[in-house]
Amino acid sequence: MKEIVVLSGKGGTGKTSIVASFAALAQSKVLADCDVDAADLYLLLKPELKEKNEFWSGQVAFIDKEKCTECALCQEVCRFGAIEDYVVDPVSCEGCGFCHQVCPVDAITMRKSMSGHWFISNTKYGYLSHARLGIAQENSGKLVALVRQNAKHIAEKAGLDYIITDGPPGIGCPVISSLSGANLALLVTEPTLSGIHDLERVIGVCRHFGIPPLVCINKYDLNEENSYQIENYCHREKIEVAAEIPFDNVVTEAIVQGSPVVEYSSNKITQQIKELWRIILAKLGK
Amino acid sequence: MIISVASGKGGTGKTLVATNLALTLSGKSKVQLLDCDVEEPNVHIFLHSPMNQSQPVFIPIPKVDEAKCTYCGKCAEVCAYNAIAVVKNKVLVFPELCHGCGACSYLCPESAISEEGREIGVVERASLGNLEFVQGRLTVGEAMAPPIIREVKGHIDPTSMVIIDVSPGSSCPVVEAVKGSDFCLLVTEPTPFGLSDLSLAVEVMRKLDIPCGVVINRDGVGDDKVESYCQEQGIPILLKIPLDRNIATLYSKGVPLIEGMPQWHKSFLRLFQDIEGILTSQVAK
Repeated sequence: MKEIVVLSGKGGTGKTSIVASFAALAQSKVLADCDVDAADLYLLLKPELKEKNEFWSGQVAFIDKEKCTECALCQEVCRFGAIEDYVVDPVSCEGCGFCHQVCPVDAITMRKSMSGHWFISNTKYGYLSHARLGIAQENSGKLVALVRQNAKHIAEKAGLDYIITDGPPGIGCPVISSLSGANLALLVTEPTLSGIHDLERVIGVCRHFGIPPLVCINKYDLNEENSYQIENYCHREKIEVAAEIPFDNVVTEAIVQGSPVVEYSSNKITQQIKELWRIILAKLGK
Repeated sequence: MIISVASGKGGTGKTLVATNLALTLSGKSKVQLLDCDVEEPNVHIFLHSPMNQSQPVFIPIPKVDEAKCTYCGKCAEVCAYNAIAVVKNKVLVFPELCHGCGACSYLCPESAISEEGREIGVVERASLGNLEFVQGRLTVGEAMAPPIIREVKGHIDPTSMVIIDVSPGSSCPVVEAVKGSDFCLLVTEPTPFGLSDLSLAVEVMRKLDIPCGVVINRDGVGDDKVESYCQEQGIPILLKIPLDRNIATLYSKGVPLIEGMPQWHKSFLRLFQDIEGILTSQVAK
């Protein structure tokens, strides 16, 4: 079983449109949406929910007013500024339990918090493992790990060859959690200075965790000079630029219609995406 | 006044709005522009200013003095993140799991644990006339953005107008960045993706009790469902930026919109006046 994760650094470069197209092109795969705090893949894959479960993770401190003597020790030791006037702000609380440990009258308990939901769905393209982090919740990294683990279980049980993962933007905790141990990272970038800057950082993350990167320049004709700069950079870094996809509003039209672009239309863009998937298959060695 | 610029979905134009709003306002008064998208900070690309100050951001991690340690296991017992473990006659620290809460060192009965700083990123600053720019930058390979965001926000000058560029999403880095704002601009695009992520961002602002308004970028590209959503929810649409190849090209080159197309200066000024109007009418209520 091989796992490919699609990342970008910068948001809005086209990760989800490409993953949805891979969903339509690939055989023998399970899909995973690891952008758990702004998941959009479901809008294109139209999942039929099979399983919905609560995600309990982390803890939040709670102060029992009856027992509290207002000694303020908890407020002094908390480094996250989460306790004010002997009340815990659950949004700021990082669940470390320091306050609970030091409270001289045992007025503070740690309560498990429900941080979201995870789902297993059926789509016309195969199984989808996905999740929704609760609003303003922490632990997105742990939920991402769970989504990947669920996808792996499905793939193992059904004997599927590929896990295709839609990753989150950025380079922090949920990205690291989406990436570690994958076989290949497809990095979707765009020819803007921001896109280039963010690509370089996400390549750094791939290198840090030893995951081979492959680059796709989306909307490459928006600024061909910048695209050329990305090609040069990748050449120097010995990273293959596997596809250059032109800008076409048909990608947005497909999103509005709720369909992977390779099923919505047949043109230069969809040819490029098909070719990209072939290159990825060749890289993965099967 | 603190105005944050967030979005839910990435790549909708947060940086464009934050940068142009700050540049517009700095024509008249003192403005601070904070780039709190510390995983992928992009504001600096549009300011073309060398950063003249840089400070590392550390999180305190435990350092065990094995001469004093009795391997009692208290530290491992109190750590909520499994960042410290005691095995036989050895204490193992896993720095990348440590949140720096300080419980282990405080609670160690032998006072065998001190703390040392582990660098996870930097905060950089630059001055451009009326505009003070502060950005956070998470070190590549590090996971925790919130401590750097807190450090960037530590530079807030309450007498100044403050604009905050936020990361995409709806989880902890977003909450950390927008917390304490007087108003939040939510930048979206008129597509099903834009709408889905906008509605999550709106829920975050409601939970934090921060009034918000919407900027629609690439107006004309998709459908009109974002507008109907805003109407239903009573959220004002404060600015529309059309899908325009010239605007996209300026952005791709790192040129602020109000420099490349000065006619936009007026629109950003009006955007600010509208926000002021909303906040004044709320105070009046």
